[in-house]
Amino acid sequence: MRMRSAGIAVGTALALGLTACGGDTGPATTDESIDFDGTLVIWTDEERADSLQAVVEEFATANNIEIEVNGIAQDLQDAFVTASEQGEGPDILVQAHDWIGNLVQNGTIDPVPLTEEQQSAINSDALRAVTYDGQIYGTPYAMENLALIRNTELAPDEPATIEDMVATGQDLKAAGDVEDVLSIEVSADGNPYNAYPFYASGGGYLFGMDESGTYDPSDLGLDQPEAVEAFEKLAWLGEEEAMKTSMGAEQAIPMFAEGKTAFLVAGPWAMNQINTAGIDYEISPIPAFDGGEKATPFVGTQTFFVASKGKNKAFAQEFVTDFITGTDLATKLYESDPRPPANIEAAAAAGASDPNMEKFLAAGEGGYILPAIPEMQAVWEPFGRAQAAVISGDDVETAVEAAAKAINDAING
Amino acid sequence: MTDSGTRTGISGQLVKILVLGVVAALAIWAATPLVGAENWVGLGVVVVVTALIFYVYLSPRRLPAKYLLPGTLLLIAFQLIPVFYTASTSITNYGDGHRGDKDDAIAMIQAAAVKEVPGADRYLLSAAWEGENSDDGRLVFLLTQPQDEAYYVGDEEGLATLDPSTLTVDADGRIVAAEGYTVMSRGEFNANSDAITAFAVPVDDGGIRSIGFDAYQGISTRTYDGSCDCITDTETGDVFVADNDNGYFIADNGSRLRQGWQVNVGFDNFTRVFTDPDVRGPFISVFVWNMMFALGSVLFTFALGLTCAMAMNHDRIRGKTLYRILMVLPYAMPSFAMLLVWRDMFNPDYGLLNQLLGMELNWFGETWSSRAAVLLVNTWLGYPYMFLICTGALQALPKDTLEAARLDGASPLQSFRSITLPLLLVALTPLLISSFAFNFNNFNAIQLTSAGHPFSDAAGQVGDTDLLITYTFRLAFAGSGVDYGYAAAVSMFIFTIVAVISGISFARTRKQEEIYR
Repeated sequence: MRMRSAGIAVGTALALGLTACGGDTGPATTDESIDFDGTLVIWTDEERADSLQAVVEEFATANNIEIEVNGIAQDLQDAFVTASEQGEGPDILVQAHDWIGNLVQNGTIDPVPLTEEQQSAINSDALRAVTYDGQIYGTPYAMENLALIRNTELAPDEPATIEDMVATGQDLKAAGDVEDVLSIEVSADGNPYNAYPFYASGGGYLFGMDESGTYDPSDLGLDQPEAVEAFEKLAWLGEEEAMKTSMGAEQAIPMFAEGKTAFLVAGPWAMNQINTAGIDYEISPIPAFDGGEKATPFVGTQTFFVASKGKNKAFAQEFVTDFITGTDLATKLYESDPRPPANIEAAAAAGASDPNMEKFLAAGEGGYILPAIPEMQAVWEPFGRAQAAVISGDDVETAVEAAAKAINDAING
Repeated sequence: MTDSGTRTGISGQLVKILVLGVVAALAIWAATPLVGAENWVGLGVVVVVTALIFYVYLSPRRLPAKYLLPGTLLLIAFQLIPVFYTASTSITNYGDGHRGDKDDAIAMIQAAAVKEVPGADRYLLSAAWEGENSDDGRLVFLLTQPQDEAYYVGDEEGLATLDPSTLTVDADGRIVAAEGYTVMSRGEFNANSDAITAFAVPVDDGGIRSIGFDAYQGISTRTYDGSCDCITDTETGDVFVADNDNGYFIADNGSRLRQGWQVNVGFDNFTRVFTDPDVRGPFISVFVWNMMFALGSVLFTFALGLTCAMAMNHDRIRGKTLYRILMVLPYAMPSFAMLLVWRDMFNPDYGLLNQLLGMELNWFGETWSSRAAVLLVNTWLGYPYMFLICTGALQALPKDTLEAARLDGASPLQSFRSITLPLLLVALTPLLISSFAFNFNNFNAIQLTSAGHPFSDAAGQVGDTDLLITYTFRLAFAGSGVDYGYAAAVSMFIFTIVAVISGISFARTRKQEEIYR
């Protein structure tokens, strides 16, 4: 990467030199700052804007252009789609991969053909995540998935099964050491993202895959009898008070950070709060039910996309395919905003300095790629509703059937 | 009329000049981007409105117009245009997957289907104009294959090799100058992105296309054919025919392409509201609770607000100002934050209410406790408003009438029922109706607290505290993407309901006013 940038710089200098000498070798290129009067605009969420601005300066300098990173505070996707429609959108979008389906059906992002070399540098799960309809739609740079974080003072041993974990949590609660068995955000509407590893370990799945490796919306896992068995497991967690609808975002992470729970199911985003609290902790994959399937969490990626309606497409494509794919750059991105890198070498380097990163990546290995098909939008609410119902003690079969019907109606309606 | 100038005085004139100056500034501020975008209709509207404002206020005459104009303009901008826009959206399929026009959809389908030929070479790309010192010649690609140090020129006909001695290349091997061509700088390259990304140099298998400042060999797997108005997928052989009534391409096997376009669907969205069992079924029960919520909110806030106002209106109370400030506090705080705080207070395990009262009630888990909870929150949020307007109205009541009633021996309750309340209602009924209309569609009060809970029916779609607006919001946004057309149709229904109820109430008020006159 550095070589290439150097090459570009040399090329630019050469071109400038030629013009400066008034060279009659031809008109060649002119000073680029003169004929580029726009700004390459990048949109991302508010938290990341500042850390990104520092990293992209390198590209700005190498190409002699201006880059502006805008943090969008609310509803980034909606804002992006609407702005693209009006021709007011950015050139590059940075966000999670699971909206690819919706962005594609609205014609707002372009596929980016990465070379084989570029592809092989990226974590294969991350690459699968950004592949939609057989095309790569963006360059992933960070991975996100759930893991089990435990307070090693309260629970020194890694639980072998979910049952173990629940038993340990209950013992601690009975002894008065903690206030709750497990910290996991559920809330009144349920939380499918957090429930999924437990559902998967119980034998359920969301969408099947067709031959091309794309999720098939007509193969809905909730239609299968295994879904009922998996929801029975969730109902059991509710009975044991390991999952409670009263536990929302205001409780889950803060309670763990205050030492009021021994176990927390959360992603890398929780680490800031936990590190600040200064407790001793360990990160491990979410265990499976005794004799159950692997508890695979959803795997998501943070991704750079080229906007179809952008005004500076050449620079945007160069940025996303060429600039951002380099290992150097991935490391810099990690340093300015520590998320587990999708670039394999950068992840190894990050792991050396921060073992948490590797542990999160290990917890996500072989995880279920968060579906990017638009039909996924129809799943969240009914699935969460069914989860909330069964952990509150409602009939499992009725809840699963109702959720499956609601999802199928929404997809086919 | 000539003395009107002296009557308004010099300060009045100054205010007028200042306000008109602001109007002129706003108009110029609004016009600049419109001119840039060549939006002549928008510009026309700005010019007409500005001219109208100046015409009305600069003239010493047209006094009624001076009072009516601001209200009328705001009415048009914030009421009529949204209603008109909603109505026009409700007869389209506008939503995710149907946002642009058909040409756009075709372009996106074709662009999304260009796949790289496996194992094909990659090139460093320089875009150039044909001819020296040219900036409008034919667009060509000057390509470098770095491994073999081979150089090519590509145009619409195909690839041809270039003699390296005619070229100047940089350290990477990228062509920066070539005899017979004008190589674009990166800035120029970028400025011509549209032409360059649409360009493909035909080769045996597909075409050489740009990606950033590189080029790859890609093959288009989906192409549009105008003669059959269809798109053929060369990989699977599927033929997707345009369905111009619904705005998408569909194949014989029923599969359709994701990228659709916006079409006029007539009254389909409205018939769907009537025929969809998910909408029709729970409509009555949701509507009944919606009425209860709106009426209850008005009744409770008014009752509490009036009680407080009467108490505060009493002569013998000390520290009135302090009490009044305290009472208005809920009104002064952002309702968004307050609603969320209330939601957390109702949390069955960690909430303040259950902990204080030593209860284990799952507030949003039971129908009536949930309904009571949202009404309680809404009353708390709404009574300061009623308190304020009641205080104002009470102070305007004729003291002599009340005094006369007292001398005639009427008890306080009697004089309240026969004099105070009827007189208050004459003044306040329009406000109560508007409060009703507001609460009928009080989306935040439900969505941010109970969010419709509890959900008792099997499909889990209708909550016992759902209002029509929260329920239809869920319907319109629950599918695979947002369906604005349908959402607009449903809001037209809600609009109609509220308009009818308000209309009837206003008609009744008029009769009532005549009685007391």
